[in-house]
Amino acid sequence: MTDAPLPAPAPRRFRFERHASTILLLASVALYVALVVIMGQTRFLTLDNLVAILGRSITLGITAIGQTFAILVASIDLSVASVISASAVVTSVVMNGDPAMMLPAVLAVLALGAAVGLANGLVITKLEVNPLIATLGMSLIIQGVLSYYYNNFAGNVPVEFQVFAYGSVGIVPFSLIFMLALAGCAWFVLRFSRFGSDVYSVGGNRDAARLAGIKTDRVVIGAHVICSLCAAIAGIYLASRLRSGAPWIGAEGVYDLESIAVVVIGGTVLAGGRGGIWGTMAGVIIFSLIDSIFNVSGVDAFVKQVLRGIIIVAAVAFYAARSKRPVA
Amino acid sequence: MSAQSLSQTETTKRGLPRINPVYVLVAALILAIIIMNPAFGEPTGYMNFLKRVTALAILSGGALYVIVSGGFDLSVGSIMTLTVIGSSMLASNDPNSTYWVIPLMLGIGVAVGLINGLVVSYLKVPSLIATLGMMITLNGVAFMWSGGAPRGYLPDTFRFFGRYNITDVPVITLLPVAVICLVVFGTMLWWGMHRTNFGRMLHAVGDNQQAARLAGVPVERVRISAFVVSALSAVLAGVILGGRAGVSVDIGSGFELQAITAAVIGGAQLLGGRGSVPAAIAGALALEAIFTLLNLLGLAQPVRLVVQGLILIGAVALATYQRKRSGR
Amino acid sequence: MGNLTREDDVTKIIMAAAIFGMLTGAAFAQAPNFDDPAEFAKQREQLTASFNGPADKMYMQYAGEAMVGTAQYKTDAPWTVCFSNAGVNNPWRVVGFTNMTEEVKLHPEIGTFTHVDAEGSDDKQIADIDDLLAGGNCSVLIVSPNSTAALTPAVEKACAAGLPVIVFDRGVTTDCPVTFVHPVGGYGFGIQAAEHIIANVPAGGKVLMLRILPGVDVLETRASGARNMFKEAGLTVLGEEFTDGDNAKTKSIVEDYLQRGAIDAVWMDAGATAVAAVEAFEDQGVDVPVVTGEDQQDYLQKWRALGFKGIAPTYPSYQWRTAIIAAVQTLKGEQVPGPEWVLPQPAVTQDVLDQYINEKMPPLHYAMCGCEDMATYPEAWGGTK
Repeated sequence: MTDAPLPAPAPRRFRFERHASTILLLASVALYVALVVIMGQTRFLTLDNLVAILGRSITLGITAIGQTFAILVASIDLSVASVISASAVVTSVVMNGDPAMMLPAVLAVLALGAAVGLANGLVITKLEVNPLIATLGMSLIIQGVLSYYYNNFAGNVPVEFQVFAYGSVGIVPFSLIFMLALAGCAWFVLRFSRFGSDVYSVGGNRDAARLAGIKTDRVVIGAHVICSLCAAIAGIYLASRLRSGAPWIGAEGVYDLESIAVVVIGGTVLAGGRGGIWGTMAGVIIFSLIDSIFNVSGVDAFVKQVLRGIIIVAAVAFYAARSKRPVA
Repeated sequence: MSAQSLSQTETTKRGLPRINPVYVLVAALILAIIIMNPAFGEPTGYMNFLKRVTALAILSGGALYVIVSGGFDLSVGSIMTLTVIGSSMLASNDPNSTYWVIPLMLGIGVAVGLINGLVVSYLKVPSLIATLGMMITLNGVAFMWSGGAPRGYLPDTFRFFGRYNITDVPVITLLPVAVICLVVFGTMLWWGMHRTNFGRMLHAVGDNQQAARLAGVPVERVRISAFVVSALSAVLAGVILGGRAGVSVDIGSGFELQAITAAVIGGAQLLGGRGSVPAAIAGALALEAIFTLLNLLGLAQPVRLVVQGLILIGAVALATYQRKRSGR
Repeated sequence: MGNLTREDDVTKIIMAAAIFGMLTGAAFAQAPNFDDPAEFAKQREQLTASFNGPADKMYMQYAGEAMVGTAQYKTDAPWTVCFSNAGVNNPWRVVGFTNMTEEVKLHPEIGTFTHVDAEGSDDKQIADIDDLLAGGNCSVLIVSPNSTAALTPAVEKACAAGLPVIVFDRGVTTDCPVTFVHPVGGYGFGIQAAEHIIANVPAGGKVLMLRILPGVDVLETRASGARNMFKEAGLTVLGEEFTDGDNAKTKSIVEDYLQRGAIDAVWMDAGATAVAAVEAFEDQGVDVPVVTGEDQQDYLQKWRALGFKGIAPTYPSYQWRTAIIAAVQTLKGEQVPGPEWVLPQPAVTQDVLDQYINEKMPPLHYAMCGCEDMATYPEAWGGTK
């Protein structure tokens, strides 16, 4: 059953979308450098600061890697923020300061993530519930169960485990290396594995993919398992960074909507089938850069919000405006 | 397609009535509430309930226009916030200001709806992202306008719509102005959706955009109008909620998802083509009734979340199942 | 994608492990301690204790005699004062931040005031502090932590970089900062409101406790302090409900309780929704009982207009001024009250109500701002002369 013929690779021609995320990334880097130079704050151009910028959005980055899979199969996952909260809490509660419990905690959290992803995928494929509603519902359920048991920071992670968030090789934090490695794996899977090409086929046209012999349901479920697993890992990282987990930390970071925004800014099409991991990474860095630009220029918190909203729409319009397909 | 949906309505009227399950749900919930708390059967009980649900009911009626046209509107909550904050800033405690403040706010609503519609129709930004950007932007604008905290009170003439009760009414003893608003605007929304050519075109666009275009439907104009209706209803919901509750900076947050939830419980099909205004309003009633019932049962917030999640998924799964069974 | 049966097995194992995980999680559940009798007693005493410092400037006063020397941080002006803010996501923080920026203007030695806003996210605030350490060129770092435990490593990192750090509002669990500026505390707030209710409601009376949200340290202690006192005084707590700071929800909750019976008092852990609670009684045509609030103008004015038995405990926003003052003293190498700078925390009572009401100020202006003596008052706070 795994011997179905490979779908024909997508035709390779110059596509504006392929390069748009790079253009956006370069534009925001240029803006940042220009701003720093104009304001005479060249101290912001050090290597330390570059690392600080890249390390700003590890949680968002890890989550967005997973979200990319969900969106590539023309689905979406609004439950990531709740999964992050749940896994951060489970991490810190199971560890509870005991280094010996580090492995069991991580395994339990990964299992939790996989289970949520599986449930999401099953509801979407077997019950045919719209992914937005299915994952929103799942998010409410997880949040409810979580806040039934906990209403505050609970447990704590041992010092040994904080290395994940605070340790570094030279000046490069482990967490940054980890995120890039995870992105590398994701890229490898999407680019070279059978599952990866199935993801693109299913996202591009589910019916055609089914006719081509792809078990589309399983691909969608797989994408959701990966998505929730990434959110679970992001939760583990956040527990290590905050030294403990609380039931609101996912919602507080707005990781659900932000992860969707960076994926889309990175050029992955919300309708599925087109895009990729490096675009998402570019999107994450663009978000970090925007934050840093706001910090350097001392933009008022409210103006920040207005600009962020406009930037999200403008960035997506930058890709989408020339598309001929109708959009939802 | 438009003809078909019309004939469906006709058969429903003449033949055996196919009752939308949401009406049964509302009736059952209300009955359960009355059994648990007989005081709910008194006019103060049910009128308070209706008064409470008015804002959400009008909002979901409006949001349904966008849903039927095949999109999402996540900006409605922020429009409500902007309405309340903006009105309090402009009114500056002057009771006579209400006569121009509310029309001005409706004007802002039209503008916001137009921008949403134009961005979706011409810049081809998916409505989820376009209205997400609008939501972030408008929340920021409300904060910028007020400096982060409300700067004025809403005069009593403004609060009249959401707060005032007409007393000494025969039979029902008291009649909140909000309930009159609910009936008036509910009827208008019903008429626009189910009794006009625009409503039929809306269904056609949501059902199949390309087919509708070929059939001569001005797709862009219809979609833009849907966003305008949604934004206008959000302004009205803002006026009523502001009247009921007074000024606060995040008064509308969370309403966007509740409105979609209410519409979905009322059987609306996401991504378009199907939906009924009375059922969406009934969906809002059901949602609020569930909350009231859970409160009476002494179940805390976490349980509410879980129940809301399950109902959301359940409602959509049930609708899909019914559609599949009836072979459509 | 593997074959079907194996996948099913894996699924089962995963599910089992997940359930196991959740169960272990539940078994290890433990709440941080928000019911500390020693701290309760200490704060109760501090509420009525006398404070050192200038009598007319509450924001300069401090409890106790302990001071810390800061000679090692003495720096020549101009200074760059860096401030990592948890957010300005509620009106109290808006008033406080205005206090702070106006205070900065009073000190010409402060050359640059760099402010970064974490928009209410721990994750973001940690990154913000990293940014400031990497490129901010700070002479001193002021932190208003979004949450206590989570921000501790970031503050430790700043201390390790040799920066003097001033923390205020919510604390951190390290004593490396120069000082931690805060008013008496959450128990104190709860005590003031509860004492007022106990004095005005006969034994056996029914109290509804309205809270914003669970989990915030300074709010949890307010509730636990009050809860214990109600129990001792023989009052019945009808329920503890969370309002999310939402007026509409507050009104609905009070309406629902009213439908089920009389309410003798409403205790609130924060005042932003107090007026909505009062309106719920008004709209039902019921006399307004004892409703506690906070020092917002809208509540104070409603209280005076309707003449119910109110009280407004405060969590004074003048601590935002004090943080800057502490930073300036540190950079001058002076003695600073520390390692904790405990500020007075007065309540607005009926006797002094009139002096705190100013109808020219915005509805959610916090009257206990200690800002009336500044030249830019009231315009900078959104008021009119």
